[in-house]
Amino acid sequence: MTQDTLSRAFAALADPTRRDIVARLAVSDATVGELAAPYRISLQAVSKHLRVLADAGLVTQTRRAQRRPCHLDAEVFDLMTAWIERYRRQAEERYRRLDAVLAEMDEAGHPDPHTPSTHEQGAAS
Amino acid sequence: MTSTNSTRQTTIESDPSVPTITIVRDFDAPPERVFRAWVDPELFARWIGPRSIDTRIDHWDARTGGSWRYAAVRDGQQIAAFYGSFHEVRPFERLVQTFTYTDVPDGVSLETMTFTDLGGGRTRTVALSVVESLEIRDMILASGMDTGVIEGYQKLDELLASS
Repeated sequence: MTQDTLSRAFAALADPTRRDIVARLAVSDATVGELAAPYRISLQAVSKHLRVLADAGLVTQTRRAQRRPCHLDAEVFDLMTAWIERYRRQAEERYRRLDAVLAEMDEAGHPDPHTPSTHEQGAAS
Repeated sequence: MTSTNSTRQTTIESDPSVPTITIVRDFDAPPERVFRAWVDPELFARWIGPRSIDTRIDHWDARTGGSWRYAAVRDGQQIAAFYGSFHEVRPFERLVQTFTYTDVPDGVSLETMTFTDLGGGRTRTVALSVVESLEIRDMILASGMDTGVIEGYQKLDELLASS
């Protein structure tokens, strides 16, 4: 479920107009009309973009209010950050292992790395 | 979307509009040594996989136009295999490889590693992965969710204990 939410969020943000809309909503809530103003596209087109953002859980629209302002939902952004952070941590762990290997290479004084490295099946342990 | 942490050095960038992953990391070793840890099969096998998994190098010809193949082995059982080509091996500067996970035979990513001398015996590596689609890129990022976390903390504990 979490992964679906994130996939939708990433897909929604793959569009430059939608990223613009998100950037504007990050400053303050806005109506569809206000959001459409800077673009040469129809209100319907903006509404369509907003629907994609809403489906991804990035934007909510207050239904009861007269102005129906759109509001950016920060929770999904937190989720996206957390998701990438896990991947980053995994990469960091791999590189920490490499740190250890590099430190040992220093002490062991390995031979010249110019020599091309060829390796065939069975030779590795 | 970028994720950084002041106490750790690895930076990941994942652009919402292009199917790439960029990982930047600095190392306390000169480019010659970092490059070697990438192209020497025995050294590579020592750090590429998590601790619970052994890396078995089945083929390794780290030359421009060469190829490679290795398997992930846990408790004597092969659990995954990967292969690709060495598109370019430019000593101490640049390493370009293709990468395929055999369970997804139609999938291939292009991995470009650059090694920049920071002086003072330090190196910055930039790993750029290009995959076929945003969906696949997101799947790859999501694959980091389950593994690595618990084990990562254990290794971190050990590192901190031994330093």
